[in-house]
Amino acid sequence: MKPAPFDYFAPTTLEEVFELLNRYGGDARVIAGGQSLVPMLALRLARPEVVVDLNRVPSLSGITEEDGVLRIGAMTRQARALASDIIGTKLPLLHQGLLNVGHPPTRARGTLGGSISHADPAAETPMVMLAYGAKMVIAGSAGERTVEAAEFTLDTFETCLEDGEILKEIIVEASADEGTGFSELARRRGDFAMVSAAARIRLDADGRCAEAHLMIGAVAPVPLRCDAVADALVGTQLTERRIRDAVRLIDLNSFSFDNAEVSLAYRRHIAPTLASRALAQAVGRTGGLRT
Amino acid sequence: MNKRRVDLTVNNRAVSMMVEPRLSLADALRGELGLTGTHLGCEHGVCGACTIIVDSDPVRGCLMLAVQAEGAEIVTIEGATPVVGLSEIQAALREFHGLQCGFCTPGMVMVLHHLFSNNPVPSDSEIREALSGQLCRCTGYQGIVNAAKAVAARHMHQNVQPRETSQDHRE
Repeated sequence: MKPAPFDYFAPTTLEEVFELLNRYGGDARVIAGGQSLVPMLALRLARPEVVVDLNRVPSLSGITEEDGVLRIGAMTRQARALASDIIGTKLPLLHQGLLNVGHPPTRARGTLGGSISHADPAAETPMVMLAYGAKMVIAGSAGERTVEAAEFTLDTFETCLEDGEILKEIIVEASADEGTGFSELARRRGDFAMVSAAARIRLDADGRCAEAHLMIGAVAPVPLRCDAVADALVGTQLTERRIRDAVRLIDLNSFSFDNAEVSLAYRRHIAPTLASRALAQAVGRTGGLRT
Repeated sequence: MNKRRVDLTVNNRAVSMMVEPRLSLADALRGELGLTGTHLGCEHGVCGACTIIVDSDPVRGCLMLAVQAEGAEIVTIEGATPVVGLSEIQAALREFHGLQCGFCTPGMVMVLHHLFSNNPVPSDSEIREALSGQLCRCTGYQGIVNAAKAVAARHMHQNVQPRETSQDHRE
């Protein structure tokens, strides 16, 4: 349970970070909050020659808002994001998701960008970012590029980050007048999700569904967008019955995770229920309707 | 691999230590500084026994590298409890059977110390949230929760105010 030896650098500027990553290439790993990487080091699932610590780069942290667009630094701590009034009011789905990420002591160190870049299929933050259609600002010595959340996570523990690149910032457009819902099943609070569901709902002036988004997590390598469910809801008056009918359109054949702890059959069994709960919660929070 | 010098404050005392980069903060506190009150259970962030306070936040001591603690202010179980006798939290844990083997207790005391320092009269759900990351294989948790509730009730009766400036995460 002790990591293999590695060299350690704690740069204070992004230029130094990229210089180190270029110098050491695939032998280097960046450490953000360390709440996933340090266990992997301890279990020797990861054996980097060099660890580059991002914790002393001040420009990577912080939450700013301008004209309804939030920019969240990748090294923003999960605890700080959870306590942020801006996130609580403008991005409530992120707040709801973060409540399910680990525990207070892991959230005190764990970062938003670290969780997203780690790309655990059971993680809440990549699913939330997918639900918001967030943009990921990736930085490297060659400059910056921006990709959609849907293009960022490629597979289990795999993102589109190339050697020498880091996730620098997440850009999310806040949508006013919408309700959000998050529902997750785990054996204990803060454990990895067996299945999770995230929903966003916006109603029009007549109380009909104008926009809907539903994501299901922890059932496949990347979170699943359930557009068929969303399409069935748009234009309708949202009732519990309507939601219950719509979640039957979740593509259960796209679920693939099956293991001793949680079988594929069980994931398929509970996903529609969790989706219904997330959608009903979102509708309840639009303020327009009560379910 | 070369050892690094780390200067930090532990329990209000400036200390320095020479550590390999791979050494966890919890191992450094125990092995380099002799503060063996911090227990290591799982060594990969699951059990919470090694919880310490780093810069006003409860943190898993096994999930921070000692080299990352440069300049940090740390409180361990030794700093959160009296040398002789029991703290209010420890006394309540004893009174309400909040421990049996005691291995997880330092972590339990640290998260409760942080909770009560910032919020002298937490609600039941705030108590459970604070304890949610700590595993205990003996008690079934109810005794620990009861101990914390008793401390909260005593604080309410005595109108206790927060002891430290809370780490204000708000924007």
